[in-house]
Amino acid sequence: MSVELDFWAVLAQWPILLTGLYWTVFLTVVSAAGGLLIAIIFAWVRTAGPLWLRAFVGTYVEFIRNTPFIIQLFFIFFGLPALGVRLSPELASVLAMAINLSAYSTEIIRAGVQATPKGQIEAAQSLALTTPQIYLRIVMPPALQKVWPALVSQIIIVMLGSAVCGQISAPELSYAANLIQSRNFRAFESYIVVTLIYLLLAILTRAALNWMGSRFLFGGQRG
Amino acid sequence: MVDFTTWDIVRNLLLALRWTVLLSLVAFIGGGLVGFILLVIRMSGHGWASLLIKGYVEIFQGTPLLMQLFLAYFGLAMFGLELSPWVAASLALTLYTSAFLTEIWRGCVNSIPVGQWEAARSLALNYREQLLFVVLPQAIRITIAPTVGFLVQVVKGTALASLIGFIELTKAGTMIANATFEPFLVYGWVALLYFLLCYPISLGISR
Repeated sequence: MSVELDFWAVLAQWPILLTGLYWTVFLTVVSAAGGLLIAIIFAWVRTAGPLWLRAFVGTYVEFIRNTPFIIQLFFIFFGLPALGVRLSPELASVLAMAINLSAYSTEIIRAGVQATPKGQIEAAQSLALTTPQIYLRIVMPPALQKVWPALVSQIIIVMLGSAVCGQISAPELSYAANLIQSRNFRAFESYIVVTLIYLLLAILTRAALNWMGSRFLFGGQRG
Repeated sequence: MVDFTTWDIVRNLLLALRWTVLLSLVAFIGGGLVGFILLVIRMSGHGWASLLIKGYVEIFQGTPLLMQLFLAYFGLAMFGLELSPWVAASLALTLYTSAFLTEIWRGCVNSIPVGQWEAARSLALNYREQLLFVVLPQAIRITIAPTVGFLVQVVKGTALASLIGFIELTKAGTMIANATFEPFLVYGWVALLYFLLCYPISLGISR
């Protein structure tokens, strides 16, 4: 049996692909921002918070890290309406992605925070800086710099994981692939094209985040 | 209307859990074998071969596992290669696992000081002997933690096989949730079962 591959049939549907690309990037950007924010707070709680709060965050981290993302997504999208919380596919996706990323990032950032020399904190205290100032201005920048490559990898893992969100009809890239192949029956070509877009996106995201990290997060010395 | 007790739900989920465990083992062992072969080829230092393997790793690490599964199941079917969900899932997960494991192990082997290779060579050991008797025994000690850690990723990865119709824990959960109209309870149990499966493995590596 000979098969004629027709990639143009897929590429001709570029508006669908573009919408998918837009949503994948959008979901990733929003959940990365939200997830990292939660992680920075949780990392602080895990190193300096009260004991019961530490235990809570520890349980949260372990539970999220030891269950599949798809189950977290299904629980939020299909399970929560039983409690009266009805979310749109997009919102459920962002929430699941942010929660997933926050659990991994909490551990990553905590490792960076714990590597801060004690003398630096004592020096900051002796300069009468407040605790939030010490954490955000003294501890965080070098900690983030140390663990940034790991965080970038984790963000990319979450972005690739977001392919699952198409299953709850969030209009991202894999959803676009399913839509296209249901129209023209070009399953192989659709998935190949979309897989290559993901690959390109992963490479570009890594480059962009590495650049952003050194440019904005810990590069410049501010007075 | 049939009433389902919690025990009905949990019992059926436990039955499906067997397939999650089996698929994980197949992918992990198969991926380990392929990953090891790739490692040996890459270490032997043929320029184009290691470049090829580098690309292989990049592709599997830089694309969603879901797309790999879809390509194996829906994509290959277009070429007349109609795999069952079970075979397609095993194939995709094995390749995925091999790419990650070969990269993890390469890092471990590379962390062995060059002097060890040189010392082995100066004792007139050939490449196979250098790798097998000098470098690998030392490398294996440091590979255990990240390798077992990746097993957790594989177990969680098998959840995606549900989307090509392979009936494991996640698929069973979806089916039961649709039959009982209790998604909150069912997905809660599914999450708990995954946790009970994965957490002991995670705990094992941290000590």
